Amino acid sequence: MSAAVPPASLPLSLKTNPRLDRWLRFNADRTVTVRSGKVELGQGIVTAIAQIAAEELDVSLDRLQWVAGDTSASPDEWYTAGSQSIEVGGLSMRLVCAEVRQLFLQAAARELEVAIEELQVTDGVIGVPGTDVRTSYWDLAPRVSLARDVTGAAPPKPAAAHTVVGRSVPRRDLAAKLSGAAYVHDMDLPGMVHGRVLRPPSMTARLEKFDAAAVRALPGVVTVLVSGNFVGLCAEREEQAVRALAAAERAASWQTKTDLPATNEIGEFLDKLPATRSVVHVKEKEDTGGEGTALTRIEARYSKPYLAHASIGPSCAVARFEDGRLTVWSHTQGSFHLRAQIAHVLGLPVADVDVIHRDGPGCYGHNGADDVALDAALLARACGRPVRVQWTRADEFTWSPCGSAMIVRLSAGLDAGGQVIDWRHEIWSHTHIKRPGWADGINLLAAWHMDPPHPVPPPKDTPLPTGGATRNSVPLYDFPRQEVAYNFIAEMPLRVSALRTLGAYGNIFAIESFMDELAAAASADPVEFRLRHLSDPRARAVIEAVTKAAAGSTGRDGPGTRGRGIGFGRYKNMSAWCAVVADIEVAEKILVHRVFAAVDAGEVVNPDGLRNQIEGGIVQAISWTLKEAIRWDRERLLSRTWEDYPILKFDEVPAIEVVLLDHPGEPGLGVGECAAGPTAAALANALANALGVRVRDLPLTPERIAAAM
Amino acid sequence: MEETQKLRVNGVEREVRADPATPLLYILRNDLGLKGTRFGCGEGHCGACTVLMDGKPLQSCDTPLWSAVGHAITTVEGLSQNGAPHPIQQAFLGEQAAQCGYCINGIMMSAVALLERNPDPSEAQIAAALERNLCRCGTHVRILRAIARAAQMLRKGRGGS
Repeated sequence: MSAAVPPASLPLSLKTNPRLDRWLRFNADRTVTVRSGKVELGQGIVTAIAQIAAEELDVSLDRLQWVAGDTSASPDEWYTAGSQSIEVGGLSMRLVCAEVRQLFLQAAARELEVAIEELQVTDGVIGVPGTDVRTSYWDLAPRVSLARDVTGAAPPKPAAAHTVVGRSVPRRDLAAKLSGAAYVHDMDLPGMVHGRVLRPPSMTARLEKFDAAAVRALPGVVTVLVSGNFVGLCAEREEQAVRALAAAERAASWQTKTDLPATNEIGEFLDKLPATRSVVHVKEKEDTGGEGTALTRIEARYSKPYLAHASIGPSCAVARFEDGRLTVWSHTQGSFHLRAQIAHVLGLPVADVDVIHRDGPGCYGHNGADDVALDAALLARACGRPVRVQWTRADEFTWSPCGSAMIVRLSAGLDAGGQVIDWRHEIWSHTHIKRPGWADGINLLAAWHMDPPHPVPPPKDTPLPTGGATRNSVPLYDFPRQEVAYNFIAEMPLRVSALRTLGAYGNIFAIESFMDELAAAASADPVEFRLRHLSDPRARAVIEAVTKAAAGSTGRDGPGTRGRGIGFGRYKNMSAWCAVVADIEVAEKILVHRVFAAVDAGEVVNPDGLRNQIEGGIVQAISWTLKEAIRWDRERLLSRTWEDYPILKFDEVPAIEVVLLDHPGEPGLGVGECAAGPTAAALANALANALGVRVRDLPLTPERIAAAM
Repeated sequence: MEETQKLRVNGVEREVRADPATPLLYILRNDLGLKGTRFGCGEGHCGACTVLMDGKPLQSCDTPLWSAVGHAITTVEGLSQNGAPHPIQQAFLGEQAAQCGYCINGIMMSAVALLERNPDPSEAQIAAALERNLCRCGTHVRILRAIARAAQMLRKGRGGS
């Protein structure tokens, strides 16, 4: 990390946004405007990247002013997704700031007529220590042009010199959020009206009749926009919009189809849908001898259901259409993609549209944020006033894309010594990413519903090495023969797209459950069995660290109701390593008492922020694993309220202990998603340890446990 | 039909003109500009909109305006005293007990009501007091810790042990 970076290997964000002045500006009031394409989603990224900027510039954190995800000002850094914000966004900021600092040091050396080595930067003041020879970023700014491209030639600080990076700096955004207005939901523009959209009752429903006059006649209603299957409305007051939406529901008759799968059991239908099979990974036996033929062959089939993002705050956007220019405020993960798609749908030049990120409620992937932004844009154009559109709880549950269901079949052969000698992993799933701008066409809901409709783009999944459905399907263990196949199902009975971890949650759940099944077949301890197949020292280290952390606690093989399980993964096979141990008790349901995690994320920028992400990842994964599945009947989704889709509650949350294995000087790795898969497997393995039954279909509900016994 | 109503919010008498059936949440946010109370579900399930009515937690999204008239309403904006954050806010910031933060204000209001009637709650009692609050980011462990910390701060502030 301390070496200069050759231009060819600059991170993507710098290749596409090389100009230094796109990233930084020194202001007359002795502050620094820092612009990033990576946006706050509740993960604390703005604080972490600010630490990196403050570190490289040697400017105190409170001088930094943040602009993120604003198409009129920020660099285009693709999406804020995939645990890439530290790895790519943070590294880019580090290189930019190191280079800016060097340019200013060179200018200071010239102006002060001293050697560059004599200079030191202290909170933006550049001077020779012990003398009054000094200048500053702000004094020099008029004479140092940042209208030039980054070269990557300025070496960032070595890790040993870090004083801001590596510290648990408090979040920049929390004080405002914990006292008042802070989210896009809280914006209030002069003349603003309140919008709502009446969505069809199901994916394939068509609007037959709609009595728009009945809705227009209601108090406060200023606009009713009907186009094809899109019905939107605006009212002066929010409660008037809510009432108008209820009236619109009564004023609409829809033609619906009964085309959803006949069962909610993923294992009963998913692998029967038409699919295209491809082998995505093969490792042949290396001719080193030693591996015999398999004495024991084990097979198992695992499944995970469709999962909801279920953010506490339903999606919201504000739009203003004025003098032919459209401005949209949105909690999107990709302002630039959203801008291009909205401009296309509205027939506007991209240059006449701005999308400005504003913080939103917890974002765990492609939720309704982009869709509601188009809703707001359409309504703002229709009514000529600024519009705030708020999705309902049911909109969020039934229309924001869900995480794809999966079936994973695993098969492995053990030799006489209890060593896995071949391994096959076969997946059935849909795409795990269908974001606006991800593939051709328009991936925005209103665009599919309006007349004429934009066609729903064909699905395209993301291939390995990062993978969509195949993410984390390649085993991390040293199995001599490996094969991974993917049955890609183009058909999508439910709307699906990116949800935290993509396929990694399902694949790691399957692999790590199966490792325990194999260990049992080999009469081996699950931890020892993993280590005997694992040469990667950093992988071994997290497993050993979590085992050590859990050693003092109640362990395996309780009195018939208590159990312990382990799960391990390295997110995307190239990001953070994480091992999880769960201690559970099985009563009427699974009670999770304690969870231990060990994480290696390279150099840690903000230890407390990292712990917060790991703790959150564990709790969310416990909720997914024990409770969650989207349900439907033949016509429509039935998961519409918190009563239909319960999530983990405060009295169900375990004590959590996180061990961080810090590696200063190593690249920092994203951690937002690394804990989910290992947690799922640790719970399933703990259940098997407690009761001796193996549940392979998620979620691990009391009904499934009873059925397995 | 719209009527003029008098409402006591954060110790101040406020006048609003709205349909008496309007959910209190929209009055607080849109008429009084108190945006710290959040919309989550509109069905009283998630607790993001929790405020205090006469010191008791209440889901403002399914509480009609008329039923709040004549009662003392407290929102998160009313917690700070003389510009200083309330101990519950200090404790949440101290523990960094938030990820997205969207659910937190409702949770803090539930916690303030709890600590008012039980200054020294057990972890189980804290969890029980949050029966009607949801968090999706998984910040639960920190939230429980922050409330215990606030309880300790408040006990000290009151001269208790």
